[in-house]
Amino acid sequence: MTEAIEQVSTADDGLMIEMVDVHKWYGDFHVLRKIDLEVKKGERIVICGPSGSGKSTMIRCINRLEEHQRGRISIGGVELTGDLKNIERIRREVGMVFQHFNLFPHLTVLENLALAPIWVRKTPRAEAEEIAMSYLERVKIPEQAGKYPGQLSGGQQQRVAIARSLCMNPQIMLFDEPTSALDPEMIKEVLDVMVELAHDGMTMLCVTHEMGFAKTVANRVIFMDEGQIIEENEPEEFFTRPQHDRTKLFLSQILEH
Amino acid sequence: MTITTVNQPSLAPPATSVGVVGWMRQNLFSTPLNGGLTLLAAALIYLLVVPFFQWAIWNADWIGSDQSACTSDGACWVFILARMELFIYGFFPTTEYWRVDLVFALLAVLIVPQFFERFPHKGWIGLFTLTGFPVAVYFLLVGGSFGLEPVESGKWGGLMLTLVLAFVGIVAALPIGILLALGRRSDMPVIRTICVCFIELWRGVPLISVLFMASVMLPLFLPEGVNFDKLLRALIGIVLFQSAYMAEVIRGGLQAIPKGQYEAARALGLGYWKSMSLIILPQALKLVIPGIVNTFIALFKDTTLVLIIGLLDILASVQSAIVDPAWGNVSTEGYLFAAFSFWIFCFSMSRYSQALEKKLETGYSR
Ligand SMILES: Nc1ncnc2c1ncn2[C@@H]1O[C@H](COP(=O)(O)OP(=O)(O)OP(=O)(O)O)[C@@H](O)[C@H]1O
Ligand SMILES: [Mg+2]
Repeated sequence: MTEAIEQVSTADDGLMIEMVDVHKWYGDFHVLRKIDLEVKKGERIVICGPSGSGKSTMIRCINRLEEHQRGRISIGGVELTGDLKNIERIRREVGMVFQHFNLFPHLTVLENLALAPIWVRKTPRAEAEEIAMSYLERVKIPEQAGKYPGQLSGGQQQRVAIARSLCMNPQIMLFDEPTSALDPEMIKEVLDVMVELAHDGMTMLCVTHEMGFAKTVANRVIFMDEGQIIEENEPEEFFTRPQHDRTKLFLSQILEH
Repeated sequence: MTITTVNQPSLAPPATSVGVVGWMRQNLFSTPLNGGLTLLAAALIYLLVVPFFQWAIWNADWIGSDQSACTSDGACWVFILARMELFIYGFFPTTEYWRVDLVFALLAVLIVPQFFERFPHKGWIGLFTLTGFPVAVYFLLVGGSFGLEPVESGKWGGLMLTLVLAFVGIVAALPIGILLALGRRSDMPVIRTICVCFIELWRGVPLISVLFMASVMLPLFLPEGVNFDKLLRALIGIVLFQSAYMAEVIRGGLQAIPKGQYEAARALGLGYWKSMSLIILPQALKLVIPGIVNTFIALFKDTTLVLIIGLLDILASVQSAIVDPAWGNVSTEGYLFAAFSFWIFCFSMSRYSQALEKKLETGYSR
């Protein structure tokens, strides 16, 4: 367990994620065009932008759910290459939360949480379940441990999904629109968990249109359009004095309703 | 405003809506058409089913040892009982029957726990049934070691042969089918091509021709003196044939698993084999239980085709006994018995699969 963490930790310059000149194509379609991004340990980044701008694609490149075709991505000083061992080592340290939760429906909540620690980290089952219970308490649903995901509400499922990632004790957490599949009354319970996580110093990249969350939690807000990072600023500046016309248009559209 | 001080007594419902009469009115004679159909069905039952039971049960002969015991005009079950050993053991040496009995007993002991909700070590028993048990059966039935007299496969037959063929086919076709299905969806073009070719090749030929090839053609290609067992050849043919079907059934299940499941597994750091065995296959196999059992049932019944290459399964041994001149015309009894034997096993499999499906239901639908 310790070995892997030693291998993937902050690089000498304190960088957790480094993307340099990253490009990606789907066939002929140029989805990511020269992405440069540096994330330090403990930084909390919110990514926003219109639909189809490549936000998901970008954060999915960080744990190699998508492969980039040009440029360089390093996680904690380890470069992402085609080497499978390398990829699996990085995935252990990078947690991901999806829009549609993607819990394993054939396993109970507790089994969902303990699975990866047992099979990937080789944690003994009893210990893994103990850790799982402690994270379930952190997301405030320990009483659901024995249920199946299908028996939980959306908000509860998403909190289980967050806890499932945390059980691997990751260095970085990626969130891809974690609240956009939820009913309004459930959004807050999920955001609360994320805010708490931010206070604990987790390095977070979060694709979301929850501007309240961005204002209170983010160190930096990134605006993407057509596969590029158009603007990048502190939340205060970003929301009050957007520089780029496209950013202004986007903000006016999402703040309207 | 009225206030009811006395409770209304609870009355019995009118006689026309309850009891046998009420039920019949509602279900059998609700409309003139329904009534007509009911009468027609009753007539058919009277004309067909009653005579059948009269023949098969009331008027049948059960006790005796040869043709002379069959004096009534009912079924001659004496014939089945008298030749039961042939139908169960084939031509297995009489002194070695205990070996077959032991195999049957073992199988029963191993399968019973699977029908219980909670049985200690159920998973391990299941695993042993699929791995250790076939090995034990091999040594028990084939013999030649542990001081057991060797019994060549030409002497195997009847129910025992049918079960051996079906069990080996089922136990081997499932894992091979899983591997083929995974291979067919692999990212690696070489593996994918091999699996596609294999599946399409075997699915494209009838089992009969596979068996003919295994028994007649294969020896022509083998070098002089190399000669492996006819039963083994038939088994290999059946397994390869069935695994191609199984692969397609399982592939259907794999395709139904949402992409998010693969992604979540990978994002947690699970490698290919762990994602497949812990996350994807349990869900995919559960989805296609009806298809898998359907294939098993088809396989069970197809085993009877081995009679065309001279192996006497239960149907073939019944057929060989029917023509025995020592008995009168007992073909109806014989074929009914064979059909009933198949039905028992296939119906059990079907019930088991339904119970399994119910048990694995976790209330997730998306
Ligand atoms: N597997 C794929 N094959 C081809 N094109 C794809 C694929 N996945 C995404 N795209 C395209 O790439 C572009 C970027 O997609 P991406 O999912 O990253 O957008 P997004 O910013 O996350 O949008 P949204 O807010 O709708 O989630 C879109 O135009 C999409 O159609
Ligand atoms: Mg997206």
